[in-house]
Amino acid sequence: MEDLADLEKKINSELTTKINETKISHNQIYLKIDHEDLLDVVTFLKTNSETKFRQLIDITAVDYPEKTQRFKMVYLFLSHKFNQRIILSFFLNENEHVTSLTKIFPAANWMEREVFDMYGIKFKNHPDLRRILTDYNFEGFPLRKDFPLTGHTEVRYNEDKKKVVYEPVKLEQNYRNFDYESPWEGTKYIKEQTKKDNDKKN
Amino acid sequence: MTKKTKTLNLNFGPQHPAAHGVLRLILELDGEVVEKVDPHIGLLHRGTEKLIENKTYMQAVPYFDRLDYVAPMNQEHAFALAIEKILNIEVPIRAQYIRVIFCEIGRILSHILNITTQALDVGALTPSLWGFEERETLMTFYERASGSRLHANYFRAGGVHQDLPGNLDQDIGKFCNHFPKVIDDLETLLTDNRIFKQRNVDIGIVSKEDALDYSFSGVMLRGSGVAWDLRKSQPYECYDQLEFKIPVGKNGDCYDRYICRIEEMRESVKIINQCLARMPKGPVKSPDGKITPPSKKEIKESMESLIHHFKLFTEGYRVDEDEIYTAVEAPKGEFGVYLISDGSNKPYKCKIRAPGFSHLQAMDYLIKGHMLADVPAVLGSLDIVFGEIDR
Repeated sequence: MEDLADLEKKINSELTTKINETKISHNQIYLKIDHEDLLDVVTFLKTNSETKFRQLIDITAVDYPEKTQRFKMVYLFLSHKFNQRIILSFFLNENEHVTSLTKIFPAANWMEREVFDMYGIKFKNHPDLRRILTDYNFEGFPLRKDFPLTGHTEVRYNEDKKKVVYEPVKLEQNYRNFDYESPWEGTKYIKEQTKKDNDKKN
Repeated sequence: MTKKTKTLNLNFGPQHPAAHGVLRLILELDGEVVEKVDPHIGLLHRGTEKLIENKTYMQAVPYFDRLDYVAPMNQEHAFALAIEKILNIEVPIRAQYIRVIFCEIGRILSHILNITTQALDVGALTPSLWGFEERETLMTFYERASGSRLHANYFRAGGVHQDLPGNLDQDIGKFCNHFPKVIDDLETLLTDNRIFKQRNVDIGIVSKEDALDYSFSGVMLRGSGVAWDLRKSQPYECYDQLEFKIPVGKNGDCYDRYICRIEEMRESVKIINQCLARMPKGPVKSPDGKITPPSKKEIKESMESLIHHFKLFTEGYRVDEDEIYTAVEAPKGEFGVYLISDGSNKPYKCKIRAPGFSHLQAMDYLIKGHMLADVPAVLGSLDIVFGEIDR
């Protein structure tokens, strides 16, 4: 593997203002940028002869409902030439749109469709932004933290109507989420309480 | 006078034996020439990533068996590696060898399935009958080690669940002695077979550049002449101490990919043989009681072990706040796990990078201009399994 510190320096000097933060850990570089700069940064990473991140490994998002900028977009890149990996991320408001990477990487097409399907994040200039993994006519965005694990509707074949029908989920027993975290190290409510107390003291 | 032509829309699947699962392709045909393909996936979507967010790290492992269900342990491996890297756990050397052995068995399992069903798709029945007999033997090895033929739940963070039972290593050795002969037999059926070649040579050609642009990995990338294998370039476990070659294709067509898979199986046998020869005796999981459960004997004797056991199987273990991407060379390509932990006993986010997802995405590019009969041939050589694509 080529030296990651050199690459970090290189990226910082070339893209100065566009990079908010860089970090090296687990043999990968983590880059934080603003979402307006996405296209410029990615184009640089792909085409520059000293970076050559020719492959887009994956695109995903993370949901932080309690933050004002709710979503974090994550892009993973791989450089075969220098054997390096980069993780690019930025935060995003709920109603903001992201620029699509399909012009630079054709592989981004389905990955962006998946992010749209799972999180409801829209992409500008995407040629075909449809749902991909969920059912036809599905409503809601399953990977958002406020989407229930059991979902909203269930499907079954109705013998009388002779067709497949959608019904609200009816479970004999609701999904039970036990809090097994050690009370000595503090379950959630205790942790929150102690945090509040500490904040007060400070 | 020009004749007006109209394209024909044809549904291929979701119930079609050559669709390798529940794939619905909407083909736009001009005569017998395919003009456009629109794959509809998600018919096997089970929400694995959502489920994992709601389970402890230990409970999340079995979900990885259900992704690419023809090579379950390779996927567990990526998840185990992610946790181990965050927690800085050292895996005992014996466990590393056991893991490599079972990863290579998984590779052989997957490649046998793919080669024989690809042959089936283009009209050869016998290879699948011969190949599946070997798969059965391999799955017995899985069963003897983990208790289950398919859903192994064997690679846990910190090592493997239990040591190999008596004689299993010798039996795997015996298998390795006779298996190259089976590969030879399969090759006599297919490699120079006129029909097989007519159906596969120069079909579904991928250039080097396009293979990179479409995020191909594994055999799809190597078939096009890119020498890239994570076992060599970013070695994990003890792969850097083992000797093996990476077969690389030339033309990037279906036939080259078939040849690559055949050669990879031979290399896998070599790797297994080396592991069997070098594997030392010793522990198979990390001694850290906070991560791996104690042995039955210790539970009977020590209070602390009993508490550890109880806490591990109720609360599970906690993983420090971190963010990591780890990838392994699964039989189908780069299988990766992007994990965000928040210090609790459940992952905050676990994105699974399935190689088949990007391969299937390129279907439109691969098949444009080919005949309808080439669709199953190309699909076969992509090596898709819906468990991992739909997740």
